[in-house]
Amino acid sequence: MFSRTGAMLVMGISAVYFLIPIWWLLVASTKDQSQFTNTNPLWFADFSLFQNIADLVAYRDGVFLRWMMNSVLYAGGGALIATLLAAGCGYALAKYRFPGRDLLFNIVLGGVLVPATALALPLFLIFSQISATNTFWSVFLPSLVSPFGVYLTRIYAAASVPDELLEAARLDGSGEVRTFFTVSVRLMFPALVTVFLFQFVAIWNNFFLPLIMLRDETLFPVTLGLYAWNSQVNQIPELRGYVLIGALLSIIPLIITFLFLQRFWRNGLGAGSVK
Amino acid sequence: MQLKTRAVTVALLSSLALAGCASSDEATDSTDAAACAPSDGAVSLTFTSWIPGIEDTVAVWNENNPDIQVTVQTGPNGNGGTYQNFFNQLKAGNAPDLGQIEYDALPNFRVQDGLTDLGACENVMAAQDQFVDWTWNQVSFGEEGSAYAVPQDSGPTALFYRSDLFEENGIAVPTTWAEFADAAEKVRAAGGYITNFSQSDINQFASFVWQADGSWFQNDGENWTVDLTSDASITVADYWQDLIDRDLVSTYPAWTSEWDNAYNSGEVWAWNSAVWGANSIASGAPDTAGNWSVAQSPQWVAGDTAAGNWGGSSTAVFSSSEHPYEAAEFALWLNTSDEALTMLNESANIYPATTAGLELPVLKEGVEFYGDQAIYDVFAAASAEVNPDFTWGPTMTQTYNDVSDGFKAAVSGTGTLAEALEAGQASTIEALKAQSIPVNE
Repeated sequence: MFSRTGAMLVMGISAVYFLIPIWWLLVASTKDQSQFTNTNPLWFADFSLFQNIADLVAYRDGVFLRWMMNSVLYAGGGALIATLLAAGCGYALAKYRFPGRDLLFNIVLGGVLVPATALALPLFLIFSQISATNTFWSVFLPSLVSPFGVYLTRIYAAASVPDELLEAARLDGSGEVRTFFTVSVRLMFPALVTVFLFQFVAIWNNFFLPLIMLRDETLFPVTLGLYAWNSQVNQIPELRGYVLIGALLSIIPLIITFLFLQRFWRNGLGAGSVK
Repeated sequence: MQLKTRAVTVALLSSLALAGCASSDEATDSTDAAACAPSDGAVSLTFTSWIPGIEDTVAVWNENNPDIQVTVQTGPNGNGGTYQNFFNQLKAGNAPDLGQIEYDALPNFRVQDGLTDLGACENVMAAQDQFVDWTWNQVSFGEEGSAYAVPQDSGPTALFYRSDLFEENGIAVPTTWAEFADAAEKVRAAGGYITNFSQSDINQFASFVWQADGSWFQNDGENWTVDLTSDASITVADYWQDLIDRDLVSTYPAWTSEWDNAYNSGEVWAWNSAVWGANSIASGAPDTAGNWSVAQSPQWVAGDTAAGNWGGSSTAVFSSSEHPYEAAEFALWLNTSDEALTMLNESANIYPATTAGLELPVLKEGVEFYGDQAIYDVFAAASAEVNPDFTWGPTMTQTYNDVSDGFKAAVSGTGTLAEALEAGQASTIEALKAQSIPVNE
């Protein structure tokens, strides 16, 4: 009994610790600019959330909305294609025998260990060579590879796609590609949701690559845009309010994605455990 | 995947090799370009700046100069990543034609051969006497006939103070630093702090040293001398150390909510800061509107009129630009024309570096927040009194970081500001040596 109370206490304190900044962000976003400094930081003052959002959206011809859209494109599109690529790659590694398979897999595993930040500068130099910096593709293309995704889908495909089923499909005259999309992808779906989610969050939060690649404000993802504003607060103090409200809005797509995909994810974990 | 990894390695190696070649080519190019002649035909330039709203100003230029079209690129402020990007771009050979660079970062770009010397551009050299002397020194590094950038803005310092609180409590507004220390005791007795000593802003401390006629670096054209521990520097450090030790100043980190709140609630009464600080107070302490005034900074010697400087930036033409003449023309217009200076002042509170710019109508008006005082007159007077010989070093980021660590320790009671400067002195010399920059010891 005591250990249970203790555990609850620790969990409770941790939860409060992690939630307070978000609470603060929520409260601060509803305040009038002039009330930031002279009202209780953890409680509401005048409720001007909608006015703040309207101001933010109107500022500089709605560049903030553009950034949000960019982020959705980079993260949504990038994660989708990355998941497909990882699925194909992991599936092939799990289900086909070919020379160099293990070597290939080990290299992919090695890729998991290389932080994205370390690759940003080399990528910049490469993209410079082909004059492709400061383009949509300079941020989008590098997001399409996910070594962790390949690793995960391989493990999952090996466990959840029975060889017998593939044999049966072949006997029925289904080609390899068709089998992959109609049979295997369905079986691997929970793993793919996980890969998508991880990759979506990774791209959404990837800040260093856009920082190095992009110069054109209209291409910025929302993280870089808000960071740029925040760095100009000394010069234009009113930007602080926009950064706050922008930060609040920018986490909403992440929350939606999580809530929406969590269902599949939980099912998947359950299915795995029964097996 | 394996193929990709290999391709990446190969591409990486070759790109580094090519970048190496490219930069040596550029070096020869820039000597040719030193002629600073107009290019044939229409020219398009790229310009990176993080001043919010500068696009509108550049649009005016583009409208009037169909043959020299400028595209604005942007990003976070210099130390927030844009300087590093400039260095990356210079290495990769795709730097913009022009870039915004603060005075304290210019020497770093200079030692890396990143800047075009505009000394051959007649119009630039002819404009020299339009600029406040010390700002020109920042871009010429004191060399006759050279200009490695065009000065943009400046940050002369003065004393912001709560005229209402000083008056109510019968405390005279200090005109010397000795009076300032006396006033600090009285303010403390009245329950406030006279000012806040920011533990993280080495730049503010540098402005104090600048005002005290000190300088942190010297360059004789060949060797660098590091002087963080000069007499002036140590005098200033000991002075503030004494105020910190006696709990006469608060020590909130600058630009935070606590800091805003300290000013807004009347806990802190004064701030010796740059001209752009006017805006920081107005937006951070809205409840105190109408209660502030601005006076000349306290002096080390009674009767003097010395002022420091905090901040300011320039527009530089990078060494890789193929159109230095057109780039220089644009930089000159941006930083000397009344039209551009007025727009920049309205959109981003840029305080001009030209003497004529200091007389702009918009800078002559009374400011409501400061009880309708024409505060910019005080700064215009200060601007003329800034010591022209203050020099920044080529590794300021590292110097700031090292000194800032020591300052934080000093504020929390371990070590002193002077010790922080000594440590910064030693590590700066190390850093210069590590980059093979010649340094006197």
